[in-house]
Amino acid sequence: MKLVIINYGAGNIQSIKFAFERLGVHAILSDDADEIKAADKVIFPGVGEASSAMAKLKATGLDKVIPTLKQPVLGICLGMQLMCNHSTEGDTTGLGIFDVNVVKFSNKVKVPQIGWNEIESLKTLLFKDIPEHSFMYLVHSFYAPTCDQKIATTTYGVDYASALQKDNFYGVQFHPEKSGVVGEQILKNFLAL
Amino acid sequence: MLTKRIIPCLDIKNGRTVKGVNFVDLRDAGDPVELAAKYAETGADELVFLDISATEERRKTLADLVLRVAEKINIPFTVGGGISSVEDVDVLLQNGADKVSINSSAVKNPQLINDLAAKFGSQCVVVAIDAKQINGKWTVHLVGGKVPTELDLFEWAKEVETRGAGEILFTSMDHDGTKNGFADEALAKLSTMLNIPIIASGGAGAMQHFADTFVNGKADAALAASVFHFHEIDIPELKQVLKENNIPVRI
Repeated sequence: MKLVIINYGAGNIQSIKFAFERLGVHAILSDDADEIKAADKVIFPGVGEASSAMAKLKATGLDKVIPTLKQPVLGICLGMQLMCNHSTEGDTTGLGIFDVNVVKFSNKVKVPQIGWNEIESLKTLLFKDIPEHSFMYLVHSFYAPTCDQKIATTTYGVDYASALQKDNFYGVQFHPEKSGVVGEQILKNFLAL
Repeated sequence: MLTKRIIPCLDIKNGRTVKGVNFVDLRDAGDPVELAAKYAETGADELVFLDISATEERRKTLADLVLRVAEKINIPFTVGGGISSVEDVDVLLQNGADKVSINSSAVKNPQLINDLAAKFGSQCVVVAIDAKQINGKWTVHLVGGKVPTELDLFEWAKEVETRGAGEILFTSMDHDGTKNGFADEALAKLSTMLNIPIIASGGAGAMQHFADTFVNGKADAALAASVFHFHEIDIPELKQVLKENNIPVRI
């Protein structure tokens, strides 16, 4: 198993690396296109502001590489949002893998959403053995609305897509690496895809 | 539904856990990594590590501790204490901290909040505010509550939100260490006035105090130290009680 975490300077990748190490899997941090292409599984992380993260991604040239990958790819948090068509955060054009536009939560709820919320209507093997209404840790101000590629739903003022899937591409808004044993099971499921 | 968070706070001095009563008379309550792992297993929703060391090696000691915690712990954690620059925060986040908490440095240099939010995102910027009432006015204090400022709690909290803080950790010095409950009136005012999450801190002594601060204080999270460290309140039982009070919690 060759697992690569894309290292483009946006986010807390140490936590993701440690989470896989707790599962006994060594992850390689890389921004090298050939190494990423040669991986069995790829993690696309991201924390922070969308337009600056996308600028960093473009600087590595990986914005062209990621959409062409054929192995299972898991975008986490901002990584997932950047895999969408567009984000209103910094008016950012995304990678266009998921056919949905990321928007900001309304002021009817506290923004950012910080804490543990439920995931439901779970689909695909990513959620194998994960009970409906499991709690996941989320920290975000922008979200992907409900759409055809949704494989998990969370409610925070609105029902939104807390996970997305298209072909070999998966994205989760929550942080499985910070979501206790249930989060670890989701990471295991990804490794088994 | 988004749940209310229970956050044990581990005060750290020279790599060990301590907890002061009214921020004086420190008592040792164990190894931080072991304690953190135990809390993660027993249902804590997040952890806060507050470094109160004053040695020259403190930055390196704290960065090492953060790395050891991140290796072991599968829930989010915040690190605070003596953080005063973008560089400080960069090291802690790279070592695996999820959020940082700034306090005195934000008062001395409010632009730091903007800088951190711009570089790392609001979601990882917690601004801690210590305040107590002086002649009926909630006044912000520095240095663990020892030094009063001219700042009004509510005005400062609003400014902090405007500058890009993702969360406010409000400690009432009037309540801290008393075990008589949280400052629910001030908390409710903060929570209603602002649109970012508020963490209640100071005064936890009984399980009912947590229920009160979530309902009456409208707090999004509640932080406590000694009641957890000395097993006066155990988190699984606390969450069960909160659930019976129809307060959403992660069980």
